[in-house]
Amino acid sequence: MSIIRCPMTLLLLFNITNGLIVGAFYVLMALGLSLILNLSNTINFAHGGFLVIGGYIAYAITPYIGFWGALLIAPPLTAVIGLVVERVLIRPLYGRDPLYSLLLTFGLAFIIEDGTRFIFGPQGKPVTIPPFLAQPLSNDFFFITGYRLFMVAVVMIAVALLFVLLRYTRLGIRIRAGTLDLETVAALGINVQLLRSLNFAVGIFLAGLSGVLAAGQLGLEPTMGTGLLMPSFIAIIVGGIGSLPGTLLGGLLIGVASGLTAVFLPAASEAVIYVMMAVVLLMRPRGLLGEEGMMS
Amino acid sequence: MTTEQTRKLIVLAAIWAALIFAPYWMVPLGGYTALATRVLVLGLAAMSLNFLLGFTGVLSFGHAAYFGLGAYGAGLTLKFLAASTPLALLLGMLLGGVCGGLLGTLIVRRRGVYFAMVTIAFGQVFYYIAFQWSSLTGGDDGLRGFSRQPLDLGLFKIDILSSANYFYFFVLFCFALAVGAMGFILRSPFGRTMIAIRENERRSRFLGIPVERHIWIAFTLSCFFMGLAGALYALVNNFADPKGLHYSQSGDFVMMAVMGGMRSFWGPLLGATVFVVLQDYLSSVTVNWMSFVGLLFVLVVLFFPRGLLGFLQRSKA
Amino acid sequence: MTSFPPRIERRTLLKGAAALGAFQLASPFIIQARGETAVRIGMVDPLTGVYAAPAGNEVMGAKLAIEQMNAKGGILGRQVELLVEDSANDVGTGVQKARKLIERDGVNFMIGDVNSGIAAAIAQVTSEKKILHIVSGGHTDSITGKDCKWNVFRVCNTTRMEANSVSSVLYSKYGKKWHFITPDYAFGHTLYDACTDDLKKLGGTVTGNELTPLGTTDFSAYLIKARAANPDVMILLVQGSDMINCLKQVVQFGLDKQIHVAGTQQELESLAALPPEARIGVWMFEWYWKQPGVPGVEKFVADIRKVNKGNVPTARHWFGYASAMSFALVANKEKSLDAVKLAGALENFELPDDVKLQPNKVYYRKGDHQLMTSAFVGEAQSKGKDDPEDLYRVDEIVPGNKTAPTVEETGCKVQWPA
Repeated sequence: MSIIRCPMTLLLLFNITNGLIVGAFYVLMALGLSLILNLSNTINFAHGGFLVIGGYIAYAITPYIGFWGALLIAPPLTAVIGLVVERVLIRPLYGRDPLYSLLLTFGLAFIIEDGTRFIFGPQGKPVTIPPFLAQPLSNDFFFITGYRLFMVAVVMIAVALLFVLLRYTRLGIRIRAGTLDLETVAALGINVQLLRSLNFAVGIFLAGLSGVLAAGQLGLEPTMGTGLLMPSFIAIIVGGIGSLPGTLLGGLLIGVASGLTAVFLPAASEAVIYVMMAVVLLMRPRGLLGEEGMMS
Repeated sequence: MTTEQTRKLIVLAAIWAALIFAPYWMVPLGGYTALATRVLVLGLAAMSLNFLLGFTGVLSFGHAAYFGLGAYGAGLTLKFLAASTPLALLLGMLLGGVCGGLLGTLIVRRRGVYFAMVTIAFGQVFYYIAFQWSSLTGGDDGLRGFSRQPLDLGLFKIDILSSANYFYFFVLFCFALAVGAMGFILRSPFGRTMIAIRENERRSRFLGIPVERHIWIAFTLSCFFMGLAGALYALVNNFADPKGLHYSQSGDFVMMAVMGGMRSFWGPLLGATVFVVLQDYLSSVTVNWMSFVGLLFVLVVLFFPRGLLGFLQRSKA
Repeated sequence: MTSFPPRIERRTLLKGAAALGAFQLASPFIIQARGETAVRIGMVDPLTGVYAAPAGNEVMGAKLAIEQMNAKGGILGRQVELLVEDSANDVGTGVQKARKLIERDGVNFMIGDVNSGIAAAIAQVTSEKKILHIVSGGHTDSITGKDCKWNVFRVCNTTRMEANSVSSVLYSKYGKKWHFITPDYAFGHTLYDACTDDLKKLGGTVTGNELTPLGTTDFSAYLIKARAANPDVMILLVQGSDMINCLKQVVQFGLDKQIHVAGTQQELESLAALPPEARIGVWMFEWYWKQPGVPGVEKFVADIRKVNKGNVPTARHWFGYASAMSFALVANKEKSLDAVKLAGALENFELPDDVKLQPNKVYYRKGDHQLMTSAFVGEAQSKGKDDPEDLYRVDEIVPGNKTAPTVEETGCKVQWPA
């Protein structure tokens, strides 16, 4: 077996690839979070909660319409829930200190975790994925399973679609404009409320999609959202707040960094992403691809 | 003396009387002294946070880190250095304050939601250190094997370990010192400048006030107070664990400050009292207490954004 | 999920008023006017957080025990109340709740916690307050080892008992080169030490140990390292959702086809959350519901099904049940509620058939207060031959006094109060 001939190089190679796969998943979470942060000036602490909602919706409907159906249906359903939450709870807070939306989503995360436990029980739930995805592609590269590749593919498609949306559609151009200067956009007669709602829905759609993907990979637990939220935060800060390509880069970087650290110093594999963030903030306060002045 | 001043004095006297006699009126009402002690410690933490949040207008969402550092500082001192309660408190406070001061230099330029994000993220650094450096901190199991020591006052000893009431009074004494210091700073010219920055940062800058340096000092001071609160918390439990540093704990502190009223000095103490008692009560009666606490967050944000004190003052006016 | 029956009056009160948040300030204090006749058992368990499933099951078991003992006349002719508190998997909260149960509610007995760290911290409080305490589900050795206390007893196995029960089977069946996936906290460390001690005695070697942080979701980096070390068997010591994630990834990567995968403690809660193809490996269960011909088991299974949405009991149900029952049995036998006296009487106290629910002799050992309970060694199965709920095939039921180290080896020296 080739691993035995040169274990260290291959181990490194394995972990870099693997880190990229994990990072791709963070990217999906972080992009949604970033969209909402940029336009609504809201740190959505309930983002992990929406991921859990997406996952559990998929779990609930898989028996009827199968995994593929759930993959298509669950994210838009989550987005609808997000839309309602935005309308009823978050909209009254625009224009107030960001402290309030932060506290609100913080409380919302509690309610979502507890609600899922109430409805589905505290015990973890398995989600069945199509059998052909649930096996490794080759014996040596056993960690590249069909499902992981599939996840990466879905992330790539979602990211590509998102960038197309932002670059070429009217909605996307308005969202980008609003990120830079909301007042001017409003002065031009664009309905800012509607813009924010749609933008929020797109962000929650991505959270729901991450939820379905995570459900297939990890299974479901009411508490799973919390653990996945922080890496996405770091991805945004490292990449540069306000820059979606930055978020993309940040997500992949922290995936690789924690993959590599797991080889040499497993105990630090979670702390390393924070160290990375500290270094980036020291050397380049606005983040890798962040624009000047965005962070203050 | 004007009536306003008299009223203020009466309120102040009432607050201190309620605090001093808490062990005597809480127990007959069905509370327990340990709960009163907890309220006091978490109240101090919320007031420390509010020193920054309410009076400088800067939102730190990672202050639990300095609280937790204070707890570990006190615990490690008692476990490895010396069996002295005052030394533990001092070193705990120093650990929280110094770490806060160092990190403060990195983050004072950020504002608003970005300040919040960066403080959360840096707070989590300390969380992971406490969580994963298990040889020193005990990791997820927490730091055990120490306990608060009787106070040796030369002539006599006060046993704060086994007497819940004596310990409460000791905590109240520390609380009074810290709160007195906070009040003194806020009345000083420096405190006035902090409020000026909160009200209009741009104007303060034009007036030649070094805004960043002031925010840094306020942040650092607030971390020192936070460290003290954390050190007291370690003495309450005879224990320190990583959960005390987690950002969800920070969220609780911010909530206490907001719920009580950020713009008033005593508001956070009121908020902490309501929050701690309510959580203690809810989690005994229903396993779904998290939903109720979450609902409380939502309701306060939507309907009482100025907090309980703000609400009372407004309805009076 | 329901709340706890004995306190309905408080819950109703709460429902109306909870929304008013702030005005609730005074209400917790109204609740004193309850009859002082009931004997109270306090239970602290992490009902929210990652251990919510096992903790909920322990509470369910304890509740069943309370119902049954009340139907038979309670303790010393008095009714028994169970007061449950959520430790939220947080030591500070757990300690606070234990103090509250003791100081305010005046409980006579204490049960808890699933998390060893919290269990040990609560034990400090109960021994300070002289309350008889049974640790239902925290496994770390020190609780009935070097940190043992006169008032603390334990129902579940120690990590060393778990390792001893299954090590020789693993060695003879799977081979002598072991690689460990260990959760990085006290439970994991003691379990790893126990396993490696056994392995050395048997003459095997450790090819490596991957320390994984609690709450790891992606195990691939560790699995890559483990496979590169080329062991005969990969030993998974992680628990709860970590176990689920790890086993799932092992199977997705097809590693189970190259290396044997096994471990020590496995729980029905975990197997149930796994997809069928990932229910593999040799393990030990601490109790299993399918024991044909053993007295009392069928009735217990039927009783739990009634309150558990039709599902079978897990080891956690039995832990809660046996813990609560032990109090009633010993108190009724001694006709006393005195903690010191009852602690003395529990030493070498043997559980009767309808409580032990297993074939071997089960008793609290004098010296370290550890329950000598059996290990159910066997293999996970994706589906039972004639029963879809039968996820585990028990091969051997090893009695506790065969797996436990001697009292001297545990390092326990009980200090009785003067």
